[in-house]
Amino acid sequence: MHPFAYVAPSTVAEAVAVLDEHGDRARPLAGGTDLLVKARANVWELDAVVDIKSIPELMKLSVGNDGLSIGAGVPCYQVYDNSEIAAEYPGIVDGVSIIGGIQIQSRAGLGGNLCNAAPSGDGIPSLIVHSAVAKIASVNGTREVAIEDFTTGPSRTVLKPGELLVSIEVPKPAANSGAAYTRFIPRNEMDIAVAGVGVFVQLDSSGKNFESARIALASVGPTPILASAAGDSLAGKPVNDETISAASALARDAATPITDMRGTVEQRKQLVEVLTGRMIKQAVERARG
Amino acid sequence: MTTNSPSKVHVTTTINGQQHELLVPGYMSLLDTLRELIGLTGTKEGCLDGNCGACTVSVDGRIVDSCLVLGAEVNGKVVDTIEGMATPEGLHPLQQAFLEEAALQCGICTPGFLVAAKGLLDNEPSPTEGRIRHWLAGNLCRCTGYDKIVRAVQKVSD
Amino acid sequence: MVATFEPKTDYKVVGTRPIRHDGYDKVTGRAIYGGDVKLPGLIWGVMVRSPHAHANIKSIDTSAAEAVDGVFAVITGADMPDAPSKLVDLGEGDINFKWASNKLMADTKVLYRGHPVAAIAATDRYVAEEAARKVVVEYEVLESVTNVVDALKPDAPVILPDMVGDDLGEDVTNTNMAAHVRHEFGDVEGAFASAAHTVEREYNMQMVHQGYIEPQNATAIWDEEDRIKIWTSTQGAFPARTQIAGILQVDVSRVKVTPTEIGGGFGGKIPVYFEPIAAILSKKSQRPVKMIMERTAVFETTGPTPGARMIVKLGADANGKLTAATSDIWFEAGANPGAFIGPAAMCVYAPYEIANTRIDGWDVLVNKPKVAPYRAPGSPQVAFAMESAVNELCEEGGWDPLQFRIDNASKEGTRRGDGVLFSKIGMEEVLQATKESAHWNSPLGDAPAGKARGRGIANGYWFNIGLKSSANLAVNSDGTVQLTEGSTDIGGSRTSMAMHVAEVLGIGAHDVRPTVGDTESIGYTDVTGGSRTTYATGYACWLAANNLVDVLKDRVAILWDIDKDDVDFNDGKFISKAEAQKSIGFKELAGKLDDLGGPANSTGSVDLESAGDGFGLHIADIEIDLETGKSDIIRYTAIQDVGTAIHPAYVEGQLQGGSVQGIGWALNEEYYMKDDGSMANSSFLDYRMPTSLDLPMIETVLVEVPNPLHPYGVRGVGEVPICPPVAAIANSINDALGKRLYNTPMNAGSILKALKQDS
Repeated sequence: MHPFAYVAPSTVAEAVAVLDEHGDRARPLAGGTDLLVKARANVWELDAVVDIKSIPELMKLSVGNDGLSIGAGVPCYQVYDNSEIAAEYPGIVDGVSIIGGIQIQSRAGLGGNLCNAAPSGDGIPSLIVHSAVAKIASVNGTREVAIEDFTTGPSRTVLKPGELLVSIEVPKPAANSGAAYTRFIPRNEMDIAVAGVGVFVQLDSSGKNFESARIALASVGPTPILASAAGDSLAGKPVNDETISAASALARDAATPITDMRGTVEQRKQLVEVLTGRMIKQAVERARG
Repeated sequence: MTTNSPSKVHVTTTINGQQHELLVPGYMSLLDTLRELIGLTGTKEGCLDGNCGACTVSVDGRIVDSCLVLGAEVNGKVVDTIEGMATPEGLHPLQQAFLEEAALQCGICTPGFLVAAKGLLDNEPSPTEGRIRHWLAGNLCRCTGYDKIVRAVQKVSD
Repeated sequence: MVATFEPKTDYKVVGTRPIRHDGYDKVTGRAIYGGDVKLPGLIWGVMVRSPHAHANIKSIDTSAAEAVDGVFAVITGADMPDAPSKLVDLGEGDINFKWASNKLMADTKVLYRGHPVAAIAATDRYVAEEAARKVVVEYEVLESVTNVVDALKPDAPVILPDMVGDDLGEDVTNTNMAAHVRHEFGDVEGAFASAAHTVEREYNMQMVHQGYIEPQNATAIWDEEDRIKIWTSTQGAFPARTQIAGILQVDVSRVKVTPTEIGGGFGGKIPVYFEPIAAILSKKSQRPVKMIMERTAVFETTGPTPGARMIVKLGADANGKLTAATSDIWFEAGANPGAFIGPAAMCVYAPYEIANTRIDGWDVLVNKPKVAPYRAPGSPQVAFAMESAVNELCEEGGWDPLQFRIDNASKEGTRRGDGVLFSKIGMEEVLQATKESAHWNSPLGDAPAGKARGRGIANGYWFNIGLKSSANLAVNSDGTVQLTEGSTDIGGSRTSMAMHVAEVLGIGAHDVRPTVGDTESIGYTDVTGGSRTTYATGYACWLAANNLVDVLKDRVAILWDIDKDDVDFNDGKFISKAEAQKSIGFKELAGKLDDLGGPANSTGSVDLESAGDGFGLHIADIEIDLETGKSDIIRYTAIQDVGTAIHPAYVEGQLQGGSVQGIGWALNEEYYMKDDGSMANSSFLDYRMPTSLDLPMIETVLVEVPNPLHPYGVRGVGEVPICPPVAAIANSINDALGKRLYNTPMNAGSILKALKQDS
């Protein structure tokens, strides 16, 4: 591991100044569960890591009528331990509850999961289906990017050298909506998704019809994928096996997996179809309360 | 704030109830800080990528893999390791249960399991078998097949 | 002359569950494992490793690394002593010093990915690792082969051009085939011709790793007296000394090995990897050097167990009696010869009595790490093939798989596949215990919607070994006894040793304080492996304790002023044969020794040719998601003849741990090889050993058929339990789905593929 300096600024301004100074030879440190592994394996050669956990703004977790705001350094356990978030954003909680084991969840968070940009990032699909937005800061100011546009390839994001993810903003879900995420792994924990599916549905007041839906997939493409056609196919349709099967088949079509040590193309496509059906049903159940 | 040289970081931390002042290289893991700088070798190295849990310690009451924490990050925090688990009154009930239930064979994973199990029981005194297995999934044991470990934790549960 | 013993049952210590003596240190973090060794002036060593699986080394430039501030020594293959080609028995597998040396540090060619090409010692690990990145190696990359089929093709790249293979006694060259052995008995062709039912199937298993949690490590000082002191996590201090001395080309007495506590081995810590390298770095730097292996290198370069290709053919008569069997077995050796085809041949038919058999085994080089023993090396592979084939034969004949195993069970006098005749064994008792077990007599239960359940059984066998062990005893004045023994303790064996001594002397298990000796404090002792430790070292402890009784009889004779022959020892008491009321207990006598001739010590040593064979049967219940192929083991029972269980909790632990390693092997574990000959999944994350959440409790049934070869009836237990699981799970999957899998891992993807095949 290349020796690097450790800095722990207390403001965003200080942090982005250091990041700006070092360009791609500095990285923000949130939970470190990906960063330190990559640094140790010399995937990244760094001169500085910028610990963001002393910056109050990046550690803020708030939920209310404005929606959910998750600071970039907030660890998974704070998200799933929050009963209000669990009630209103169960799909997001599904994701943060299965990232690594308990030790990892003490450190890792959605911000890091997003910036690490693994196609298998279990936290990302639910953020996509919730139409969440990333708030980004740099010495040049701030900008916002939709989560579905945030990752651009394996380990690649829209962040430019010197930019810092500040928070993830999730709009408050409409009434009669529900969300769910699951993944398929060979073990029951501590594993990387072979395929993952996140679903958000909004039902009409009767609870019998879909008003709209968003479906996102993990581990079946170079980035998490928003399966728009699959989600859109449900809009205005009744909740039944037929519509759910049709959406699942469209999700399968949206998957562009590869064969590697974790699974084959055929297996992954099959899993996407199966898990999409299961997650739509789960999200519907949650929407109906 | 200069970042040109990887200088050492001044860290004040409480480890097993004792305050330490340390100069830690910025890149040094908490695991190496404990083992190499302080000499607390009860925390074990198994994989250095957070997948075995042998290096589990508690930081401010939350269990973490100390290989994936920098020593510099525990400034102002409370760290508890296996060496702090027993008291002058004797072994922690989990330690005693691990002995009585033969929950260790080679013993290399044992410190990590004990620290992790304590982290569970401190917050959830009556976990189900499923919850124990879920909580301990971040700790690998290759000798026991987990049966006797789970039973030992159950023995201490309410 | 082999001594035999009558079974006894009136034990006081044997069969109890005392807390292990080393347990307090291990639950408090005080126990010193190899990585915890600290010495004054200690520096760190790291390896520079090949990124290629097969390549010629054109040049190595270490100058930039040597120039790094804090670097004390850099070595390459040129610094390795020229070790001769000489075969040495390590107890569980042989070693050739030439290959062993070359495995640790390449000379002109790298043979597997991660093969060391240089080593560096520096002030600390971080400095050493940075310096290692500055070593410049120029490679000429060669085509690599990573499975036995490719390796035996006529145009395959030859991995060791100077190796002479042995093809049924004939020398062969320019080949990756290191050895071909055959065992044949009876009239195999005739028996198949008259068989009512036959099956012939091919099975393939991927290479898997022992997966111990503690990585390899070593600390070495090559001192001014030219003596080499080593601290290491090893399964045998003496076999480690043999290897280190052989590789460094020094006399064994120049090497002192101190075995530290060891964080798992399962056979993988019998070979040395770092010890000679750390010693050479120490010599060059004049400092003590410590090395700890990174996990990737543990997977890529240390002893996995062979991947295998096997074709098994079985024949039975109309009544369900096995009459004929043939096996063709190809094992991956890795980059040096030695793939455990001998043990495979010993194990393949062992649970069955079959009159006409043939076995052909091939030891094949591939560009993978040299294999090392892994818990019954060779046996789980052939058990997968044999026990799967037996179930298919049962389907053909319409026979119940358990009854078929009972009807064909091996017993005393049965000839094993390699010709050896069994003495008293417990296969029949295990099968009977299975028939009576709670698990076998419980229904499988209905699967939830969308899932299917199945139950499978399989036998397992390991021959167990004896070999050499030593133990020393010394009496303390408070009536306790110090025990020094030579078996490194991986799973609580120290306490079993102490219990042997305590049983003889009539004292408590905690009145004996056991210590594992280094190579200068105890006599030669073979590896902790081969399921020999409690059997052989326990036997040595029993001998030492009996010898101590003999020494103490002399002292009692002085005390009572009678002839030694008139002193009897019974139930912890010395008794005068002439005056039955005259007696003195062991503890009381211990307090008087100062006036009765002083310190009382004894020793015991054994070299045991045979050990008593071990048999087991496992029952696996599986539940499978029909849409995803995900499987879960929902109930599991291991039934085994354990001879006499000295410490039943640790015997159960062996059965449970071995079962779970087998479950991992069956379902997910594998070396997933990329086209360039590298392992794609060389991390715990992607290698996927079972976690606590992947398993149910593992039930055990200890069948105790005392082994007549041991004074207390001990039979080795550690290895049998990894043999049945893979086949038991294959059989359970078949029971659930009507689909048979012939390759490991039988993961969700494989199950899903099988499910799709009929739709």
